[in-house]
Amino acid sequence: MFAAEDKAMTLDELIEDAQRVLRICNACRYCEGYCSVFPALARRLEFTENDVLYLGNLCHNCGSCLYACQFSPPHEFQVNFPKLMAKARGETYRRYAWPGFLGKLYENNGVAVSLISALSIGLLFWLAGAISNPEQFFAAHSDAQGSFYALMPHNLMAGVFGAVSLFVGFALLMGFLRFWPYMGEELADFFKGGPLAEGLHDALTLKNLGGGSDKEGCTYPTEQKSFARKIYHHFTFYGFMLCFAATSVATLYHYVLGQPAPYPVTSLPVLLGIVGGIGLLIGPAGLLWIKTQRDPEFKVPEQTGMDAGFLVLLFMISLTGLGLLAFREGASMGTWLAIHLGFVLALFLTMPYGKFVHGMYRLAALVRYHLERRRPVPGIAPE
Amino acid sequence: MLDTNKTWDLLVVGGGNAALCAALMAREAGCSVMLLEGAPKPFRGGNSRHTRNLRCMHEEPQDILTGTYPEEEYWQDLLKVTGGLTSEHLARITLKHTSMCRPWMYKHGVRFQPPLGGTLHLSRTNAFFLGGGKALMNAYYHSAEQLGIAIHYEAKITDLEIDGDSFKSATFTYEGAEHKVRAKAVVIACGGFQANLEWLEEAWGPAAKNFLVRGTPYNRGDVLKVLLAKGAKQISDAMQGHCVAIDARSPKYDGGIITRVDAVSLGIVVNKHAQRFYDEGEDFWPKRYAIWGRLVAGQPDQIGYSIIDAKAMGKFMPPVYPPIRAKTLRELATKLEINPDALEKTVAEFNAAVRPGTFDHTIQDDCVTEGITPAKTHWALKLDTPPYFGYPLRPGITFTYLGVTVDDKSRMILQDDKPCKNIFAAGEIMAGNVLGKGYLAGIGMSIGTTFGRIAGEEAAKYVRG
Repeated sequence: MFAAEDKAMTLDELIEDAQRVLRICNACRYCEGYCSVFPALARRLEFTENDVLYLGNLCHNCGSCLYACQFSPPHEFQVNFPKLMAKARGETYRRYAWPGFLGKLYENNGVAVSLISALSIGLLFWLAGAISNPEQFFAAHSDAQGSFYALMPHNLMAGVFGAVSLFVGFALLMGFLRFWPYMGEELADFFKGGPLAEGLHDALTLKNLGGGSDKEGCTYPTEQKSFARKIYHHFTFYGFMLCFAATSVATLYHYVLGQPAPYPVTSLPVLLGIVGGIGLLIGPAGLLWIKTQRDPEFKVPEQTGMDAGFLVLLFMISLTGLGLLAFREGASMGTWLAIHLGFVLALFLTMPYGKFVHGMYRLAALVRYHLERRRPVPGIAPE
Repeated sequence: MLDTNKTWDLLVVGGGNAALCAALMAREAGCSVMLLEGAPKPFRGGNSRHTRNLRCMHEEPQDILTGTYPEEEYWQDLLKVTGGLTSEHLARITLKHTSMCRPWMYKHGVRFQPPLGGTLHLSRTNAFFLGGGKALMNAYYHSAEQLGIAIHYEAKITDLEIDGDSFKSATFTYEGAEHKVRAKAVVIACGGFQANLEWLEEAWGPAAKNFLVRGTPYNRGDVLKVLLAKGAKQISDAMQGHCVAIDARSPKYDGGIITRVDAVSLGIVVNKHAQRFYDEGEDFWPKRYAIWGRLVAGQPDQIGYSIIDAKAMGKFMPPVYPPIRAKTLRELATKLEINPDALEKTVAEFNAAVRPGTFDHTIQDDCVTEGITPAKTHWALKLDTPPYFGYPLRPGITFTYLGVTVDDKSRMILQDDKPCKNIFAAGEIMAGNVLGKGYLAGIGMSIGTTFGRIAGEEAAKYVRG
């Protein structure tokens, strides 16, 4: 009964092994103080496929339970909980991708693919600009408003990114709308104030990467507790949100105030972009670095590419964005603009089929956790 | 690097909780310490790896411990389970020690958490380790490495050079070669002998073949044998140990806590002839689980079957192995490979004997049987609601109590009743001094922590004067 080899698993093998391990965890429960996964697990006697995917997305992969596990390899029970949960997340991302046939993109959404897509798109922008109007494209530019759009018409840029954003938003929404009922929840329950607020709180503060009841951080990248992952993730997430805010404010400037980009360095959109951009350099670089330091037992080779590809794109967006800011008056502005837009568009296009989606499924799982917490434990005696 | 050229201040034999407590205490007192653990690194920590809490005396609420657990109550609990097979002096030292040792544990990285789901009854008496015993051992090992204790894994002691009341050197195998190390003192903390099946068979006879070893496979009692041969005064006997009824499908070794079956008090337990043999509802399960290993060991072929019906499902901690399930008792008997007629008869007699009552698993309720032997004195409900479920049971030994006698400085006592100068024993190898019989949840870690710390401290005093 107890033998799990370390290899790529079919879905049936994954679910079967997860059920075996979840039974072990449920009979043990030593890890209950580490995170939300174990209390959620302890509410159940049997584990369905839905439970496996739910718990997988609730798991933040902090690693504490594997270090503490008396049954981890080489013990014959071969319990590697974080790895199974990582695989369950991978399965979720594939299964709930929209449109469905693109779900298999996760498997080859690695660093190389991300970079190649970004650079190809950048090259297209560059060629479009350089061939159609070389004199203007390679000229030195004044910082005057509208110089970007002299190279790339605003309506084209807004049109392309607007359309892609709508598609991305729709694809993500479709994923959520299928995953949420799959976990057995009513859509209306997602919007219940208390659980939603608590789920958001846990997501935005990364509560589950803060350590267990000791609040001393998580065992990432090594066994010694640290806040490294939490801090780098905050840099990444809040950096991303500031960049997003910069774009949103700029959009308001454009349409409401009638002021086209670029804006002065001291303007709100640029300040937001600079601060966010620095966050997006530090965060992804830090996350990539600690990923290389992590104990190999945690690695799921078929998913490492997806994780790293996403981080590399975020880093490059920020790097090229700051490069564009620095050189926007020089002859290379056109090139910087093309490459930057290439990375941004590549990120957008891969968003629904890459690591980005973890945030949405994680939030869904956290909200569900807080919904469940309010319900009586089914069928288990208080003793 | 293995350094056997110098004479170490302290050699610690073993690598579980007691061993690490001793090593850390001695190192803190300035001793040079070498620690030899027999197990490979992933399995270090002996049975401490499988533990989860420390039974703590406290006169007032302490962080995660609710209410109070005064010395006298703790002592009475211990007296009850051991039936008096305990040294009151050493026991009271242990109890008092548990009320003050946790800040030191915390300093070395051990963290505590509120009681786990399904263990609320222990929130007053037991302090749970965050992440369990392996997390505790990881913390101690990390601290030991930071402090410069020389730790070697897969180092197996083959002989001890003892001159009268004094330890001189230890011989051990390590990385395929034999080595000898000298030390001014030694702490022996390498557990009992539960994984030594031949030894178990000597004590229990052929029945031992059907025992499962729930604890670590590395405790073979080799060093204990050497000590007994070289004049140590024995404590307890080879048939005493912490022996619970575990799922018969568990692995031969190292199944740990998850192999337990908590369904006993909610149904009936029969032997291979489908006969009941003991009152399943004698007392709360946490107070009685430790006697069922012995009870099953006393049955033919050392096997039992815990049988419940649908009413009980979900009212106990879920065991690791799924129950064997059937729509009828006949079908269940067939699946369990016991006589269907006999099981039907046993259940019919039991059901007929059940008196009406108000079932409440959280108190000693009034659901009893009348007119059958053995009676079921609480929680007796008819087995009448399919599906029926069965869990096969075997005796599962966690650790044995046969060991060496110690004094209150954790010094090993010789057959002439005199303590050794520089040989200390701690943990399961001397647990029999305090726990001669029975078990009390969390007491193993209490004894290990107490005498591990005392041994380290006293060894340092001896070495450094």
